[in-house]
Amino acid sequence: MNDFLPQFIQQLFNGLSLGAIYALVAIGYTMVYGIIGMINFAHGEIYMIAAYIGLVTLSAIGTQSGLPVFVVIGAMLLVAVVLTGVYGYVVEQVAYKPLRSSPRLVALISAIGMSIFLQNWVALGQGARDMAVPSLLPGAFNFHMGDFEVFVPYTRILIIVVAVVLMAALTFYIRHSRMGRASRACSQDMQMANLLGIDTNKVVSFTFILGAVLAAVGGVLIALAIGKLNPYIGFVAGIKAFTAAVLGGIGSIPGAMLGGVLLGVAETMAAAYISSEYKDIVAFGLLVLILLFRPTGLLGKPEVEKV
Amino acid sequence: MMKANFKNAIISAVLAALVVMPIFGLHLERKGGQNYIEPHWNLVIWGFVIVLVLQLIKPLLGKHMARVQAPRLPEVSTRMRMTLLWLVIVAAIAWPFFSGRNAVDIATLALIYVMLGLGLNIVVGFAGLLDLGFVGFYAVGAYTYALLFHWAGWSFWEALPLSGAAAALFGFLLGFPVLRLRGDYLAIVTLGFGEIIRLLLVNLVDVTGGPDGISGIPKPTLFGFELTRTASQEGAQTLQQLMGIEFNTMHMVIFLYLLALCLALVTLWISNRLIRMPIGRAWEALREDEVACRSLGMNPTKIKLSAFTLGAMFAGFGGAFFAARQGIVSPESFSFIESALILAIVVLGGMGSQIGVVVAAILITVLPELAREFSEYRMLIFGLVMILMMVWRPQGLFPMKRYHEELKQ
Repeated sequence: MNDFLPQFIQQLFNGLSLGAIYALVAIGYTMVYGIIGMINFAHGEIYMIAAYIGLVTLSAIGTQSGLPVFVVIGAMLLVAVVLTGVYGYVVEQVAYKPLRSSPRLVALISAIGMSIFLQNWVALGQGARDMAVPSLLPGAFNFHMGDFEVFVPYTRILIIVVAVVLMAALTFYIRHSRMGRASRACSQDMQMANLLGIDTNKVVSFTFILGAVLAAVGGVLIALAIGKLNPYIGFVAGIKAFTAAVLGGIGSIPGAMLGGVLLGVAETMAAAYISSEYKDIVAFGLLVLILLFRPTGLLGKPEVEKV
Repeated sequence: MMKANFKNAIISAVLAALVVMPIFGLHLERKGGQNYIEPHWNLVIWGFVIVLVLQLIKPLLGKHMARVQAPRLPEVSTRMRMTLLWLVIVAAIAWPFFSGRNAVDIATLALIYVMLGLGLNIVVGFAGLLDLGFVGFYAVGAYTYALLFHWAGWSFWEALPLSGAAAALFGFLLGFPVLRLRGDYLAIVTLGFGEIIRLLLVNLVDVTGGPDGISGIPKPTLFGFELTRTASQEGAQTLQQLMGIEFNTMHMVIFLYLLALCLALVTLWISNRLIRMPIGRAWEALREDEVACRSLGMNPTKIKLSAFTLGAMFAGFGGAFFAARQGIVSPESFSFIESALILAIVVLGGMGSQIGVVVAAILITVLPELAREFSEYRMLIFGLVMILMMVWRPQGLFPMKRYHEELKQ
């Protein structure tokens, strides 16, 4: 039997789990963009900080605590989600809120400053070296297809399951809750929403916290899956998640999910079938191509410029 | 009033403590393959106290801050300004002969950043296009010289125009498709391009030498004479032999400084002229209102493209000089953080303000050298300054002044 199909399925699994992470981070970009129309350049750093918080929690519990693995992972996620949410809120209050009415470039430059600040904040606090993350879920689910053994680590399955559950919950929340309705109203017309009695500042803060929370889950899970982290992982991951958001159509939440998965699969396939050195070039090249040929993305609506 | 203020201060301080805790408060140490936590609760408490105090005195501070005037350049007549400019230039030329080697070296670096800052100023300041991949053009310039030397044995002076041209060509080719995009999209695409250029330099090992880069690049010559101890070619004379003076490594340092000064002054002069030309006016008009420009019959793509290309050209010159000064180029010199640094120079100085860019470039290169013991905090402070600058003074240290004439009453 030909090796192509099983190998393809193997890569598809790898790509899907990577894509699930990109999708979780991309949602943060797309929601912030949808509401206040700015690129939160520091979002990738939030994801990196979450990974560190997860590792700190794990080290505080210890690997020999005897607690069930899922309790430990649950605790890591919980602590990371809470503290990263605080980070998301503080970042917004310090760097973006005073600039709400400034030109876009001013806010973007402030965001770049925040990104540089957070990177070095972690590099100073926890050291700029690689940190090893002990694997909590060793082992893999494997099955044979002909001569080829398809090998799916449990952590990868966990990523896909958690991401799907979270995205479903988010979709439900945005569609049916009071806050979700308010944030949809704000993304349509901020000023009008304000006039109708919606506390828009609260909605914006909520968006940043929600984005940070989703990125936090992604950060903790990827740290477990890859097994190491350093203060600079956020930059590239952030750009790629942004690419995913643009691919799906920035401002659209289902678009971000779709874009994340597509980008993850495309990147893994490029690494497998072209060359692993060129996977970043494929991702960046994809970003450039989408923006050139379909700047509205796959699911985005065209923006009409008003004078 | 007082009570609400106190409550807010407490909330901010608690948030600050929560932010400091996981990164600084619980420091991870690695011992025997295990991660251990080394608590530093004092740092968490410091974070809490500092933010609490700052929040409590903020209302008092606000009253005083309102009275503090931002620095402003004094009004001087054109004649006076020209005299001052010439005085500064003469001082800049004479200074290295009485100064130490280290200081001149740092000044040379500062001048490279002046050149790059002025180049990016054309794109960001004049035309209002946020370019986050500027370092890509810098890299193209540096590698053009390095590759021309490595594969064809070209000298600095032969390669310099080509470095500028190659970078300009890249700017043109990359700018052509992306300039239809709106502000922040453009920023991200240029960032993507910058990274692609860097990744290509890393991965095209056969051509560019990969992560190790290219080394042994010769320093510039003066009218064909080298400033080395012995001439590299048989029978040739070095400049020192020609002039009958003793060899001193300081000569090279000063020569490089003067060359950088020359290039920076040329960049300053050209960009100063450009902004007064019709094309410069068009850049500014486009920055202010694109729709109005289009309805007046201007071609936005052409105008933006010219800014992009010219800016890239100056980055190319800067790159060639950088390659010659270092003697080695490698992709790690051209990472995103370098782009952010150049952008910070333009923003800090005041977008569009040439004098501001020059001052900011000197500040950003010289200050970290003066405060070496704080060098690990350099980037942290740098990010913070970028945020604070945007919040308090988005127009920069010396905001751009529109060139105008006033009628006498």
